Amino acid sequence: MSEYTVVPFGPQHPVLPEPIHLDLVLDDEKVVEAIPRIGFVHRGLEKLVEKKDFLDFVYVAERICGICSFIHGLSYCIAVEEIMKIDVPPRAQYLRTIWSELSRIHSHLLWLGLFADAFGFESLFMNCWKLREQILDIIEETTGGRVIFGSAKVGGVRKDISREKLSEIVAKLEAYRKEIKGITDIFMRDASVKHRLVGVGVLSKEDAYKLGAVGPTARGSGLAVDMRRLGYAAYGKINFQPVVENAGDSYSRCKVRIRELFQSVDIIKQCAAQIEEGPIEVKVTGLPQGEFFCRTEQPRGEVVYYAKADGTKFLKRLRVRTPTFANLAAMLKMLQGCQLADVPVLILTIDPCISCSER
Amino acid sequence: MSFFSMAKTVLLSLFRKPSTRRYPFVVRPFFKNTRGKVDIEIIKCIFCGICQKKCPTSAINVFKVEKKWEIDRLRCISCGLCVESCPKKCLSLNNQYPASMTERAKEVFPDA
Repeated sequence: MSEYTVVPFGPQHPVLPEPIHLDLVLDDEKVVEAIPRIGFVHRGLEKLVEKKDFLDFVYVAERICGICSFIHGLSYCIAVEEIMKIDVPPRAQYLRTIWSELSRIHSHLLWLGLFADAFGFESLFMNCWKLREQILDIIEETTGGRVIFGSAKVGGVRKDISREKLSEIVAKLEAYRKEIKGITDIFMRDASVKHRLVGVGVLSKEDAYKLGAVGPTARGSGLAVDMRRLGYAAYGKINFQPVVENAGDSYSRCKVRIRELFQSVDIIKQCAAQIEEGPIEVKVTGLPQGEFFCRTEQPRGEVVYYAKADGTKFLKRLRVRTPTFANLAAMLKMLQGCQLADVPVLILTIDPCISCSER
Repeated sequence: MSFFSMAKTVLLSLFRKPSTRRYPFVVRPFFKNTRGKVDIEIIKCIFCGICQKKCPTSAINVFKVEKKWEIDRLRCISCGLCVESCPKKCLSLNNQYPASMTERAKEVFPDA
């Protein structure tokens, strides 16, 4: 009978500056099982909903995550708007879609950089982040914040993008496509990168389905789940198909995200072509009463917002299920049977956002 | 499958200008929309205290009797809610970040 070794991994570890603890049960260098522990950065933001005005809580919701901040704010707004039966003007819907996609591009580029860093490719990491900086500039110019947009609002959006600015952004992104292609081709073709990714951490389609994987993790395993297909914001009027790869390994999860970068540019282009003039917000009157369950697609996967209101200016309950939390089970499955040296890469393939999953 | 696919990018960057700025000499201009620090035109302020109530991080204190408005720059997250809710429109968001501090002090604006 072989003897197992338990290696504690985290909460301070070399993969990402976020605290997650894993007890890695090893048989020689092979991981037999991984036992997770989370809860190091719990902030109690859901409880705060009982003390903050429901209109002002958008600011708190946006700060649940530092990367997909806009979509958190947006999901909260959608939940409240649905409870209060507010019709958001079409222009605001398109602007929300554009900002969601910009945040997806910047999040995926951030992830590509971190991923390159995890398998020790420093110059690739720097180049990815160099590209991301240009997206952050567009975001800052249009919303005022680099990662915390602050532009979502119950009943619409806070800022408008002029027609000239919009065509300028589209032109910039079109030119940018070539630059992204140059960098992402390295991920897709380079022998040393492929050596670390192909066939590592395979998650079968059945496992992905049974374990409830979401977002690029599920799509990399061949499941065509994309909450944008539900048609929230202006996604209903946009023509796109979920990006799906079938291999289920680290390489295909990376490929899904890379293809999504180009898809996002396409979506922004379509939005810019379809957007119509009009008001960007409606006045919100009255107090919410009722409940709503909202599902939106973040760069990391599906986020679920459940809001319950009882007719006062404070919501009674807000529940957020973030994509990382849903993907943790799938990640543990991937870790089984992998080498100890592959653990950091595999943890990164689900694009973990631990502070987000603990709120 | 290709080998040394990064080599081209790396070699080209030897002949390019650096992508980073030489900071103290080249300063990145802020955009018009950038949310920097909160400014107050204290003459217009009526010390109603709405900004204090609205502030998500409780960074603002308003003293109605003493006619004093103070802000803790270290707590302020530049969200702009106070600017939006100010009835007299005396608050505004500057596009410059606040300067570094040497001590944890609040910035006090006494009534002029």
